[in-house]
Amino acid sequence: MRLPACGGSVCNYNIIIMDSHNIMFIILAVFIALSSIATVVTKSIIRAATYLLFVLLGTAGLYFLMGYTFLGSVQVMVYAGGIVVLYVFSILLTSGARDVLSKNTKAKLVASALLSVTGFATFLFVLLTHQFKSIALDAPTEKIISMDHIGRFMLSTEANGYLLPFEAVSVLLLACIVGGLLIARKR
Amino acid sequence: MIQLEYVLIISAIMMFAGVFGFLTRRSTLAILLSIELMLNSTDINFAVFNRMLYPEGHEGYFFALFSIAISAAESAIAIAIMINIYRMLKNISVDKLQKMKW
Repeated sequence: MRLPACGGSVCNYNIIIMDSHNIMFIILAVFIALSSIATVVTKSIIRAATYLLFVLLGTAGLYFLMGYTFLGSVQVMVYAGGIVVLYVFSILLTSGARDVLSKNTKAKLVASALLSVTGFATFLFVLLTHQFKSIALDAPTEKIISMDHIGRFMLSTEANGYLLPFEAVSVLLLACIVGGLLIARKR
Repeated sequence: MIQLEYVLIISAIMMFAGVFGFLTRRSTLAILLSIELMLNSTDINFAVFNRMLYPEGHEGYFFALFSIAISAAESAIAIAIMINIYRMLKNISVDKLQKMKW
């Protein structure tokens, strides 16, 4: 937020001026909150998967807003582009669209809702009473971590390098491909 | 006026929506969707804490990156198991799954 410079003693600007990233944050926040609640209460599982797609895209928007552009694009490509498509395919394959999603007793519903709300309230209490070294949300910039640095860190064996986890993840993905084929194959 | 830690509130809403869905859903695929919500909220937390407390560091950033890759692998395997269960038992509701051996 940029307050106009007030000269002299007359300084009664009480106008809240919102920058575009603040407005974008509020839009994303409402969008994500509503979609994530809709994901878990909707009746049809295809709709739940669609709301999950909205949540994941909104999360990518949050990453972009924080200046983590590479993380945001990975989120869009892997999560929103890959995993959600996988879910939709598997829903159609298992004809889960006709499944009964949530047929619960009242007591279980109330207990689950109570547990979630209590957990959220506890979290909110801790967050609002704890004094973080907080910073204001500023305009998104690419200067925070550049693509050049990401590539160097990812393939470096120095103190801050991530070559070993990178290779471990590649082996994990290979094992995942083999395991997925082995489990889901026709016998 | 908008602090960066407000993102944590969004991720908490996402997390506890996932907990609620995990406890109340019957279909295993819907339970997996709730698990994805929870995983996604932890990724946001890693990124936010990195950005908020150590803007010049990159540990949380890379943790979120690898976490996305691992959750992709996890959901692929889980969906393979679901499809296999559906082929065996013609149902993937948690009420109907009495035996998990094959």
